Amino acid sequence: MSYTAQDYKKGQPRWCPGCGDHFFLASLHKAMAEIGVDPWNTAVISGIGCSSRLPHYMATYGMNTIHGRAAAIATGCKVANPDLTVWQVSGDGDGLAIGGNHFIHANRRNINLNMILLNNRIYGLTKGQYSPTSPRGFVSKSSPYGTVEDPFRPAELCFGARGHFFARAVATDAPATVEVLKATYQHKGASVCEILQNCVIFNNGTHDSVYTKEGRAKNAIYVEHGKPLIFGENNEFGLVQEGFGLKIVEIGKGGITEKDILIHDAHCEDNTLQLKLALMGNGDGFPIALGVIRDVDAPTYDDSVTAQIEEVKAAKKYHNFAELLETNDIWEVK
Amino acid sequence: MSDELEIKELEEVVVRFSGDSGDGMQLAGNIFSTVSATVGNSISTFPDYPADIRAPQGSLTGVSGFQVHIGAGQVYTPGDLCDVLVAMNAAALKTQYRYAKTGAAIIIDTDSFGPKDLEKAAFKTTDYLGEMGIDPDRVIACPISQMVKDCLADSGMDVKAMMKCRNMFALGLVCWLFDRDLDVAFNYLKEKFAKKAGVAEANIKVIKAGYDYGHNTHSSVANVYRIETKNKVPGRYMDITGNKATAYGFIAAAEKAGLKLYLGSYPITPATDVLHELSKHKSLGVTTVQCEDEIAGCASALGASFAGALGVTSTSGPGICLKSEAMNLAVIMELPLVVLDVQRGGPATGLPTKSEQTDLLQCLFGRNGESPMPVIAATSPTDCFDAAYQASKMALEHMTPVILMTDAFIANGSSAFKLPDLATYPSINPPYVPEELKGKWAPYLRDEKTKVRYWAVPGREGFAHILGGLEKDNQTGAISTNPENHDLMTRLRKEKVDKIPVPDLEVLGDKDDADLLIVGFGGTFGHLHAAMDEMRASGKKVAMAHFKFINPLPKNTAEVLMKYKKVVVAEQNMGQLASWLRMKVDGFVPYQFNQVKGQPFVITELVKAFEDILKK
Repeated sequence: MSYTAQDYKKGQPRWCPGCGDHFFLASLHKAMAEIGVDPWNTAVISGIGCSSRLPHYMATYGMNTIHGRAAAIATGCKVANPDLTVWQVSGDGDGLAIGGNHFIHANRRNINLNMILLNNRIYGLTKGQYSPTSPRGFVSKSSPYGTVEDPFRPAELCFGARGHFFARAVATDAPATVEVLKATYQHKGASVCEILQNCVIFNNGTHDSVYTKEGRAKNAIYVEHGKPLIFGENNEFGLVQEGFGLKIVEIGKGGITEKDILIHDAHCEDNTLQLKLALMGNGDGFPIALGVIRDVDAPTYDDSVTAQIEEVKAAKKYHNFAELLETNDIWEVK
Repeated sequence: MSDELEIKELEEVVVRFSGDSGDGMQLAGNIFSTVSATVGNSISTFPDYPADIRAPQGSLTGVSGFQVHIGAGQVYTPGDLCDVLVAMNAAALKTQYRYAKTGAAIIIDTDSFGPKDLEKAAFKTTDYLGEMGIDPDRVIACPISQMVKDCLADSGMDVKAMMKCRNMFALGLVCWLFDRDLDVAFNYLKEKFAKKAGVAEANIKVIKAGYDYGHNTHSSVANVYRIETKNKVPGRYMDITGNKATAYGFIAAAEKAGLKLYLGSYPITPATDVLHELSKHKSLGVTTVQCEDEIAGCASALGASFAGALGVTSTSGPGICLKSEAMNLAVIMELPLVVLDVQRGGPATGLPTKSEQTDLLQCLFGRNGESPMPVIAATSPTDCFDAAYQASKMALEHMTPVILMTDAFIANGSSAFKLPDLATYPSINPPYVPEELKGKWAPYLRDEKTKVRYWAVPGREGFAHILGGLEKDNQTGAISTNPENHDLMTRLRKEKVDKIPVPDLEVLGDKDDADLLIVGFGGTFGHLHAAMDEMRASGKKVAMAHFKFINPLPKNTAEVLMKYKKVVVAEQNMGQLASWLRMKVDGFVPYQFNQVKGQPFVITELVKAFEDILKK
């Protein structure tokens, strides 16, 4: 059966005009239609926060749960019913602050969830407090003199938890977001997809450098497995490895040709260079990496659970409750 | 000499095996209870483990005990004090003697009472019996270690392996003392060590040696005992702990309902054995996930329920604190979920290995908002099976989280369990949304009579819907902050729980003319029953009513509680059940007996307290 975005739409979103959630939702509807899993075989599970309202606007099965627990609830849902396609949607507060423990363990277990992290670096629903992704010194209602703590960098957390998939897109960049969401679905295992999005009310402009097409042309690099890491308005720059780090070079200058440019390897088990790509920031003079940064196959938790049950079923001689009773030391009173 | 031996008939006897953690006391105790149960005696056991993980060998903190109560008629508890104490080393004698009755027979391994052993056990002199005020005439002092070595001299085993059989010598001696048939013990060992025939053989040899030792040199005891069997219930039996019975109850309920059983759990004493037990049974399709924390245990179980499984989470009191938000999500989403609370001593970390009933009000009320939740409290190790089955049935049929309360005492204790026939258990029928409601259905559409909403499991076309923690409109299921709707939904959630049918409260004992009604709940059933029996045996008019279903309460609760002149609510907390009953029954003013020691009630203390109430 083939679907259109309309088949996944429901209701009228209540986010502020201009909120990044609107853009992301439209891309998710489109991506789901292209993926083609039946709406009734899809579950979208969120926690609490502005972005966690999202399941209300999906014509799929869904749960808008409690703060921070979406990944844990999604885990039970997927393990109990591996046939469901499960999307877990959290903001930066829901996913990385109150739900940080579940985020890392879902990655470590490698459970087959599509984990969307909508990162606007602010608490919007509670009206403007700093989040675990807000930069040091960030001024907010709960940090009037600036924060005195460093933020999480989601990719670093994902990799540190032995995550096998990490991708990134900008909410306003619909075609790239749809592609990244499809890749997130295609990857079997915990797939973290960070969406950079704006909060027009409490953190306007947080991702300004890459929020427009022009900005991305200057300040972002689209990475693609097997392709050279080239960027710039005229594809004039590239990334090369130097020592333990990455370096920007200009193609055509100093004898540098396209052949010298590093080829992106998303499938490389060793995540060292992938992490370097993911951590690049405009503040250090590097472009922000967009696209699928890491995508490595590994056994998934839900498959392993199912396989182990089958294995034990074949090895053991008891398969129902009555037979289980008989495995005990039994005596008879006559 | 054996001809002159007097065989004394006893109604009941309590034996306590004690020794170092590595001495195999649990195994010896288990075999003895099985041997006794096989002849039709009633049994109740209580393993008493040390709190330390690995206390130094021979130390006071490393003593492990196993108490078994055997009766001709029904026994309800492992007994207050023992008639026979087996102490395999000096530390065991030092710490366990206080559990022995005056005049109890004491069996010791004299080889474990050397100077070093005595020092470790903090004895000041070599006259350890004198130091403890024990009458040497009551002591069967036997060089067990030496006799085991002699007995196995030809076996080719090394000394360390031989010493592992010491427990079997003590067991043999106890079997002789109680005139037990050894064949059952032999079969038990042959099965346990089916793959190690040598070990089985050595153990059997040592049991025989212990038995013969008693037979030949019984100078220190005047008689052997026999416990006849009354009121035999024919059938096939196994020994089961409360935790294992709970796990079996969940398995049985999932099978009956035709659902996958999912357990989300985090290890916590004394509930962990439920996780262990269920993790073994993958051949039945049981899925267990050891989660990253208590919260995830509950949250993932709820996710599993949403996906169409029987979701269960197991924990103890501190875990309930952490799970309460996710439990509340189950309340508002109206999904089935069973939350097991194996109570332990609190508050905070409290007494992790000890037993209390101090979580009752937490289970009833410990959540934000109006959060009605059914509460069931199992009354004995074997009742854990039925209680787990009933909790699962209730959750699945009424679309609600249910709290199943047990406690460390019944969870670790065991009794003989008559193998249940699942065919005789009531069916479990979740309210799946009927196909004809397609297009007309909304998530909070309810059955008019029961107020239960219908269950649409993901994967069914035409029933995609969203649930969540925000209040929903009763008609459409959309988010609603409408004041009237919230008031209505609050009432509906309560009405749904209130309408759950539970059996009437049963009155035992002198139900027509009791001067005192004893009231309790959960795991104290055995002790309260034994106290009632003792009082009635001395001519008092006493009855008891024990709560298993706590929310909703049985319909006849007020009628029963208000019928008697004097009522005492006895519980292992500061009066939580009494508070709940006073809240629910107008004019109910009971006497109270409250004890929070982390230890089971002591029957003699109960009897004394209740007699005092009768005198008032």
